[in-house]
Amino acid sequence: MADTTDSPLAPRGAGRAIAHFWMILGVIIVAFPVYYVFIASTHSTSTILRPPLPLLPGPEAAANYGEAFSGRIGQIGGVSLWRLLGNTTLVAMGIAIGKIAISMASAYAIVFFRFPLRMACFWLIFITLMLPVEVRIQPTYKVMVDLGLIDTYPGLILPLIASATATLLFRQFFMTIPDELLEAARVDGAGPWRFFKDILWPLSLTNVAAIFVIQFIYGWTQYLWPLLVTNSNEMNTIVIALKKMVSFTDAETPWNLVMVTSVLAILPPILVVVLMQRWFVKGLVETEK
Amino acid sequence: MRRTVFPHKLLPWLLLAPQLAITLIFFYWPAAQAFRQSVLREDAFGLKTTFVGLANFRKVLGDPAYLNALQVTVIFSALVAFFAMGIALFLAVQAEKVIRGKGFYRTLMIWPYAVAPAIAGMLWLFMFNPSFGTLAWPLRQMGISWNPLLNSNHAMTLVVAASVWKQISYNFLFFVAGLQAIPRSLLEAAAIDGATRRHSFWTIVFPLLAPTTFFLLVVNTVYALFDTFGIIHAVTSGGPGKSTETLVYKVYNDGFVNLIMGDSAAQSVILMLIVIALTAFQFRFIERRVHYG
Amino acid sequence: MKTQALWIAGLVAMPFAAQAQTEISWWHAMSGANGEVVNKIATDFNASQSEYVVKPVFKGTYPETLNAGIAAFRAGQAPDIIQVFDVGTGVMMAAQGAVKPVAEVLEEGGFKFDKSQYLAGIVGYYSTPEGDMLSFPYNSSSPVMYYNKDIFTKAGLDAENPPKTWADVWTAARKIKESGAATCGYTSTWLTWIHTETFAAWNDTPWATNENGLAGQPELEIDSPLYVKHFQELADLAKEGVFVYGGRTSEAKQNFTSGECGILTESSGGLGDIVKAGINYGIGQLPYDETAPGAPQNTTPGGASLWVMGGKSDETYKGVAAFFNYLSQTPVQQHLHEQSGYLPVTMAAYEATKASGFYQTNPAREVPILQMSGKPPTANSKGVRAANLPQLRDIQNEEYEKMLAGQQDAATALKNAAERGNAAIKEAYGN
Repeated sequence: MADTTDSPLAPRGAGRAIAHFWMILGVIIVAFPVYYVFIASTHSTSTILRPPLPLLPGPEAAANYGEAFSGRIGQIGGVSLWRLLGNTTLVAMGIAIGKIAISMASAYAIVFFRFPLRMACFWLIFITLMLPVEVRIQPTYKVMVDLGLIDTYPGLILPLIASATATLLFRQFFMTIPDELLEAARVDGAGPWRFFKDILWPLSLTNVAAIFVIQFIYGWTQYLWPLLVTNSNEMNTIVIALKKMVSFTDAETPWNLVMVTSVLAILPPILVVVLMQRWFVKGLVETEK
Repeated sequence: MRRTVFPHKLLPWLLLAPQLAITLIFFYWPAAQAFRQSVLREDAFGLKTTFVGLANFRKVLGDPAYLNALQVTVIFSALVAFFAMGIALFLAVQAEKVIRGKGFYRTLMIWPYAVAPAIAGMLWLFMFNPSFGTLAWPLRQMGISWNPLLNSNHAMTLVVAASVWKQISYNFLFFVAGLQAIPRSLLEAAAIDGATRRHSFWTIVFPLLAPTTFFLLVVNTVYALFDTFGIIHAVTSGGPGKSTETLVYKVYNDGFVNLIMGDSAAQSVILMLIVIALTAFQFRFIERRVHYG
Repeated sequence: MKTQALWIAGLVAMPFAAQAQTEISWWHAMSGANGEVVNKIATDFNASQSEYVVKPVFKGTYPETLNAGIAAFRAGQAPDIIQVFDVGTGVMMAAQGAVKPVAEVLEEGGFKFDKSQYLAGIVGYYSTPEGDMLSFPYNSSSPVMYYNKDIFTKAGLDAENPPKTWADVWTAARKIKESGAATCGYTSTWLTWIHTETFAAWNDTPWATNENGLAGQPELEIDSPLYVKHFQELADLAKEGVFVYGGRTSEAKQNFTSGECGILTESSGGLGDIVKAGINYGIGQLPYDETAPGAPQNTTPGGASLWVMGGKSDETYKGVAAFFNYLSQTPVQQHLHEQSGYLPVTMAAYEATKASGFYQTNPAREVPILQMSGKPPTANSKGVRAANLPQLRDIQNEEYEKMLAGQQDAATALKNAAERGNAAIKEAYGN
């Protein structure tokens, strides 16, 4: 990424200082809530319950984090936080990889082959672009029961792969591949698999990265579906565990541990976005060309 | 249209099979069920079922509360899309202008994207609750009688702000990418012509960003329509009165909380039609762009 | 089935239960400390015998749990026991065939169900008009008044003698605000449950016709003069800034724990957070309206109860019966009561707690019980029931919020709430 080269948009002197000012303001506003959770996770419950909360880290950090990791939080059924993080990672990875696999395959079929009902198939998939889980919960639940997938990882993953966003993005990208490339490959005697493996896949890597990030985060942040489809504590995701700990109504809530768990629930996806941001942006630049 | 293709006939079907299977099972089957339920009147457990034709639709469409939700949705979505995109574009342009620390700013800017809606809702409640919120306090000090619990405008401001906050990162990344894709030579040529930076932004950069902007417009609208549910649920629960009750919140509330299955299903069907229309609109646009782009 | 076994074997490290045990699933909505109590009860029960294993499963908030139960029932996989909140009682009662009355389960399981052993106010709410217990009261609570003793002292009020009537509360709240002891005199959670439904019972005034809906389809009467007077007073206090509105459910509790408000009316189950916040608090009984004849009458329970789903095997029902029998045992009830702040279900547990001296150190815990069982209930004070109670509460909240925002007076708000509510009731009951 051209972080050090001069952009033609770049002004000098005062203009640049002003840009810095806006960026700093923007970053403060945007990142503040995340900072806020972190701060709260270093204070005691009574400090959290008697706001306004201080803006600097408190003295309870070690105690809170130690308790969350070693003390086995009672509300979440004695499951360790590692297990929950592991489950969530598995589900998010499953959704991201599963979606990339099936959507790449279908986009490949639609773009590089001609067959009857091709456009009908495309529309059939495409219309499902956006349909929230909330709207289709009851029938989907019944399907999972009939397939015996309640309380399993496939049950957590499969229904969330059913959306067409990734298919659409891959299709858009595949359509930008010049005909000449395919012609040359076919002259060389390459079949569909070799063309995919040797030419298309290397070209798609940045797109794959971008979609991976989007889907990983989508999978990581799910709440309602994992809640319905899991019955045992061992299968819970971290977001569900968090909900188990929080009670706005009757019961007392260990707010300090809630904040620690929130930090843990936020951190991995932040890491994924931050570490993959270069690829992510590059993937988008190429799709948008 | 692509000229060269592979000649296989069976292979494309095999490649499509997983996606089609999943789509049929997890989209078309539930959608068909929603259609079925929308013409029935049923108790929650499905023990007593009567066919009522289009009565549920007539009832929903004739309900002032539904029209209110429609209005709230339009206002809310427009505000969210406008601010989420406007702020992100502004910041993306600023990010282009700075040289040192670009990566640092960008890294911090994309954090909220990773925060689960369930957590975001809780956070916003903690920060902006009129009495104990950390950020409500300075508002009070500034003489603003901040009360989203009773003042509909404040409540709307709060849910819009929370939803915008959650979406800025995503838009920011796309705009940064869009800006980087603009050929440098074009901008340099403009600079030689003596165009001011502001002028060249609106005449050259902004039009070239149009594909990104349009894509984001659709994504943001759909986001505002559906994905903000968690935030509204946690922050205002549709109140005060019904002033932040959007269409999706109403589907949830009627079906999930009040257990009026027929009404809720009818509303789902209407929502599906809206989404399909939006999607078709987007599809036509993208299709054109690929041809000329 | 085969695939399922494969997946479980391959991917999930599940603890294996002994072969012969019957598993009983219990879906609940208890989060926070209450979730721990649920897990402990199940563990203790499982350890107390070897035939049955109760497996508690958290299914989200009350509405989420109920919906999960409904989705599961429709898919033929309903849990054996499901916890349903008070406002869902009407829905469950209407679902004949989907549920099995608890009295029946207990008797078939070989246990004698003797109504007189239970606290009448609680069990009555979860019974048919004939007195058959339909669901097992798990967590019952009742609204009480909490007050901040430091703020009371600062305002020159008697911190040992909290106000008893609403009129006295208003005076005290105004004094708190005017003296500058706190910025807010009074706040309340749940205007629907506390100021409407419990208000009716406590002041012996009807909430709706047909014994508040217990005897048949109700017609709301919440626009009668006593309510209008009460809500107009609230609206006036809101205008003066003495009463601060906190939200539709329990959010207002935070206004109290943060030290902003001097007085709070809230569920007796909300004690935990108030203790944790380190406030120097006192508890008084829920205020009543002294102009209402017969007030204070008795309060009614809120909370949730355990329903047994229909269509299960005899073996399962035997296990459920054994579990409920275990739940009603005095030491268990006493533990539950002392740990969670919810009310005991049986007379014996109440007496045992009293004898143990628990109330001497925790007088606050006895207040809701005394409130609830002080007088035999009248037609107005057995609780309220409607098949669409959640919807009625939504409507009321909307109208109350408009009133508190100064957009309408109390008479209009209550008239609208009653009219809109009655139209919704007609729709729900199909006429």
